[in-house]
Amino acid sequence: MAAKLIPTPSQTVGPFFHLALDRPAWSDLTRDGPAGERIVVTGRVIDGDGMPVADACLELWQANAAGRYAHPDDARPDKPLDPNFHGFGRVSTDAEGRFRFVTIRPGPVPGRGNAWQAPHIAVAVFARGLLKRLVTRIYFADEKANDTDPVLSSIADPAVRETLLARRIGGEDPPTYRFDIVLQGDGETAFFEI
Amino acid sequence: MTMTLRAFAPSAPEAQPPYLHPEYGSTVKRAPQRPLLKLEQTLTEVTGPVFTGGWAGADAADLTRGHGGPPLGERIIVMGRVLDEDARPVGGTLVELWQCNAAGRYRHPVDQHDAPLDPNFDGVGQVVTNERGEYRFLTIKPGAYPWRNGPNSWRPAHIHFGVFGPAFATRLITQMYFPGDPLLPLDAIFMSVPDSAARERLVAAYAPELGVPEWALGYRFDIVLRGREATPLDPQ
Repeated sequence: MAAKLIPTPSQTVGPFFHLALDRPAWSDLTRDGPAGERIVVTGRVIDGDGMPVADACLELWQANAAGRYAHPDDARPDKPLDPNFHGFGRVSTDAEGRFRFVTIRPGPVPGRGNAWQAPHIAVAVFARGLLKRLVTRIYFADEKANDTDPVLSSIADPAVRETLLARRIGGEDPPTYRFDIVLQGDGETAFFEI
Repeated sequence: MTMTLRAFAPSAPEAQPPYLHPEYGSTVKRAPQRPLLKLEQTLTEVTGPVFTGGWAGADAADLTRGHGGPPLGERIIVMGRVLDEDARPVGGTLVELWQCNAAGRYRHPVDQHDAPLDPNFDGVGQVVTNERGEYRFLTIKPGAYPWRNGPNSWRPAHIHFGVFGPAFATRLITQMYFPGDPLLPLDAIFMSVPDSAARERLVAAYAPELGVPEWALGYRFDIVLRGREATPLDPQ
């Protein structure tokens, strides 16, 4: 077997990424009119001192409302592709560390073996002070399927599991969920090695 | 139906920087304290956004155009391939680039460094790699600039690169540096990568064959992403 190439290391995104990466349209995954229930997700990114992270960039990846990924490796014919849903989003935080994006509620997707995963959005966090990205997932607290989600079930500490659940904010239309990302310390978000 | 999906192999840990690296001050309050939870890759991680078909907009490979005149600085051609660790080309993937100008100033409101903006330079580019995984940018060599990471700290000249690769698992943001830069061993961000051979992967190679005589210097910068595991994920 041939020796592998040395991989390119990650480096921090730095504080000036908005120059290239800020694409406001990409914070609305529904802009082409996909099928499904429109939802808003909002929250803050905060650091180990509880201070806002005003220079974070979040990238989002999710399945469509039927639970199909717009990628050739998801070739399941029983789940329709939605030509109006690409599945990728990007949003940066404001001066208060806040972000807001609009999407459709993803459908459940298969996990390993015969398990089903509860609806979730994969998130990558980039910022000055992060030499490589942080990976997490947004689940929805009002989703029954969370009880049997393999990733949530693998987390022993309920307080840690709780950090992955976006909570519905009452009285908002479209349905609006709150998901904070705590990089360090009290209430630190669960982050994954993938 | 069953699909044969293959996960992406982990990168050697010493080839990646840590989260906490106190020499880089900003990491102190931003690095998580709990160890990462191991997540077995699923369809979520082995799929990712597709950028063929122009979803991200037209290629913008020439950073010297689009203004009233040419920008100041050394004109450079930066070329390379996006590959995986098994040397397979990664075609059809989006590469995004950003940098400061030759004086070391970013066209960004947060950058108030005492160096002039260049009215003929923004410093932003993007391309989608061809089927051989190749990309090519024409730009000017960025200048070094000071930052508040300790007294007399200067970032070496660098170009920021973002690459997606085939999946969410392969997404990479990195920086390209220039050979022979005396600031490299003094830079906390560059030196945060433990393995010296992996650090060298961040440094472009001077490549005269990629330049154009009397017009532009050439640099080669390949970007190597995670490769696949040998065995498939269980069928789904």
